[in-house]
Amino acid sequence: MENVRKKIIFKGMISTFGLIGILSLTLFSGCSRKPEVEKGTEKSSTIGAAVASYIAPGDMDEYYLFYSGGHSGNVFVAGIPSMRHIATIPVFSLYPSTGYGFDQETRKMLGEFTWGDVHHPSLSETNGNYDGRWLFVNDNANNRMARIDLRDFKTKQILGPIPNVSGYHGGAFVTPNTEYILAASRFSIPLPKGTYAPIEQYATDYKGVVAGIAVDPKTGEMSVGWQILMPPFDYDLGDAGKGPSYGWAFWTSYNSERATGKLEVTSTQKDRDYIAAVNWKAAEQAIQNGKFKMIGGVKVIDPKEVPDIVYLIPCSKSPHGVDVSPDGKYIIGSGKLQSITTAFNMEKILTAIQNKDFTGNEDGIPVLNYDAVKEAEVNVGLGPLHTQFDDKGYAYTSLYVESAIAKWKLGTWEVVDKIPVSYNIGHLAAAEGDTINPKGKYLVALNKLSHGRHISVGPSQPESSQLIDISGEKMKLLYDAFTEPEPHYAQIIKADKLKPIEVYKKEDNKHPEAIWDVKDAKVERNENHVTVKMIAVRSSFEPWKIEVNEGDHVTIHLTNIEQTTDMLHGFGLNEYNINVVVDPGETKTIEFVANKPGVHPFYCTNFCSALHQEMQGYLLVKPKQSASTGMIR
Amino acid sequence: MSNLQDFISRQESAIQPLEGKFDMEKWLEKANAFFDLPLRLQSRLIILIAAVLLIPTFIFPLWNMTLYANQFPDGLNLYIYSYTLDGGHPEGRNDLQEINTLNHYIGMRPLLESDFSEFGWIPLMIGIFFILTLRTIVLGKMSNLVDTTVLFMYFSLFSFWSFYNRLYQYGHNLDPKAPVKVPPFMPPIIGSKQLANFTVYSYPGPASYFLVGFLLLLLVSILLSGRHLKKL
Ligand SMILES: [Cu+2]
Repeated sequence: MENVRKKIIFKGMISTFGLIGILSLTLFSGCSRKPEVEKGTEKSSTIGAAVASYIAPGDMDEYYLFYSGGHSGNVFVAGIPSMRHIATIPVFSLYPSTGYGFDQETRKMLGEFTWGDVHHPSLSETNGNYDGRWLFVNDNANNRMARIDLRDFKTKQILGPIPNVSGYHGGAFVTPNTEYILAASRFSIPLPKGTYAPIEQYATDYKGVVAGIAVDPKTGEMSVGWQILMPPFDYDLGDAGKGPSYGWAFWTSYNSERATGKLEVTSTQKDRDYIAAVNWKAAEQAIQNGKFKMIGGVKVIDPKEVPDIVYLIPCSKSPHGVDVSPDGKYIIGSGKLQSITTAFNMEKILTAIQNKDFTGNEDGIPVLNYDAVKEAEVNVGLGPLHTQFDDKGYAYTSLYVESAIAKWKLGTWEVVDKIPVSYNIGHLAAAEGDTINPKGKYLVALNKLSHGRHISVGPSQPESSQLIDISGEKMKLLYDAFTEPEPHYAQIIKADKLKPIEVYKKEDNKHPEAIWDVKDAKVERNENHVTVKMIAVRSSFEPWKIEVNEGDHVTIHLTNIEQTTDMLHGFGLNEYNINVVVDPGETKTIEFVANKPGVHPFYCTNFCSALHQEMQGYLLVKPKQSASTGMIR
Repeated sequence: MSNLQDFISRQESAIQPLEGKFDMEKWLEKANAFFDLPLRLQSRLIILIAAVLLIPTFIFPLWNMTLYANQFPDGLNLYIYSYTLDGGHPEGRNDLQEINTLNHYIGMRPLLESDFSEFGWIPLMIGIFFILTLRTIVLGKMSNLVDTTVLFMYFSLFSFWSFYNRLYQYGHNLDPKAPVKVPPFMPPIIGSKQLANFTVYSYPGPASYFLVGFLLLLLVSILLSGRHLKKL
């Protein structure tokens, strides 16, 4: 039994991650690490762990967990410590459950795209702490940035596709007062977008971009801020400086080889790649002073022409995560193909810049002397990716290859504990663990593989998220949760920082076509445009009958006049591919061309009341004059 | 409105010919003397406090009904003020609207402020009582105080009856076409009652207590000045 199990795990590793899989296989078979990993995870479920994560029915969780939903285009919300999934917030994809992408407003927001790839949620910050106002998420696929309002947990703005940024992976990470959201190109391309250049000219004609998306401090409204032209590396992950590093932004990059083709080989030849350090205060100033060129309609700084804005810090091979310590003193970079994590000292970085302690340059961008800026190399283990922090001066680094988390001390740089996870951890999220005031207590490991940890659901398996208690000296596994594809990063915020509304108050509804009295419900015709003002209330639609002619352009403004929590009504129109859900006090606009003659029922799709089933009506579409009979009707 | 003193004096003159009843005459004399009593300072001060008690009746509800059900663990609240009707507003919810929405299933008329004539005359009457009370302090006669007190008792009883009748009408005039047919019912006035899936609690609100306090203070001030009758 034990042997069979081992084999399955070995196989899984090889098939899922070619190079690293082989690496881990060699390493694991060479030493006795493997059985230890398994023993640890199997014995983790104890009564103590059960009690620590148990939230009795009716009781509330202490923290919210916001995880990215990856290529589902959604954001998931769970409670901590229960790990119960509570809600899904649609962002970049159609989501009939809430009618997202079916009404005019959200359709317009989604534009031509029906999916996105949500990677890194970022809660808005004030003075380096989460302020509970907004959650920003990036779209790696279509280069967009979205803002979710945490008052109602709804997507309010989608910015993009952002010009010049290509493969928006290096975001959304906010600066300490949400001045900017970081953005960067994972895939360098010729600029502006739409430009053609042969792939052979990659090293010279393709460009990377790092950028800051500006945020209006009052409304959260985002706009394209500054952009910086970079060498054609692959910019991966970022973090904003704070405290002594405030005013700086950091991004890891791989492929400093400027290679193309089979990147797993061609981009892994050098021993070091770079962390790009950007003085965003200086970038802001340069833009104000007119030191930019317009590319793709955006003000872009070329560091060749504007010095003292960007520097490159050598980092161990193919780095993934870069994370700034809570006090802002250290920049932690992890090279995923090595077994160390490097802590860079911000003070030393500033000194090296001042002393021009450079070892070369890339397209005119100075490369800092590694030995001059490095504070320590921490021997964390195999495949370090991301680092989070607690309230006691410890750092936690995820180890993809090793399937473990290393706990180490800032300052002494010693690893004090390690816990196996199941399996192949990517990001990890500690409670407020990337702010200036981490809370400690809980950490969630976001694992890529979950096989064997749940009853089988066939070849397509869920991701696994494991709750770990980090309050004591030793990390303790508390709970296994499984999610839809695919959490990348997550953030954990104290629940009492959020004060979501329960209904949209009638007086706050600013929709110009909202109506509140059945007396105002009506169907109006203006040539071939039919406008309906409709009310939904338990358990009827008013009007319940809409008569139009084939080919009419129909607009329905549907107001849910309820003022009670959870009293949603849906509007599904049969065979017209429309389903809108309207929250209490909300008005949504539905538009379509009545191009299917006949009688089409519509009904309430979101169960509302004892007579929900009776909540229905008819769209009657009179056919155009028939060619054969010359008759209408 | 009839003046009690006039009424009693009329009785007095009507009885006058029957001089045989010695006891009765003495009693009437005593009654007359009682009504003519001046109000002592203590009494006037207490009446002033009573008048002040009328002011919060414009701020607090007269009656409060709370409807509990599984899906409303915090209860839906209905507040009846002297001048209006309001529901609770927890977390932006509108309880009055919710109660009306739920009631439409059993064919109950929606509770609309405009349907209640009480919201016109009750505050008006309380205003009148405020003036009558001040007048009593100024005129300082027992007869004025007794008039005000008796009138107020009548007003209170009438208002209570009116409220009872309202509830009765709402619970009995149900739309026969309602989707859910329930037998006519009387909502609770004081205490609790199970109505379908709701447990309804109904109790007087702070304003009612102020009105009771008002009445009690008037009675106390009658006693305080009235006990000096013996000394005559
Ligand atoms: Cu409904």
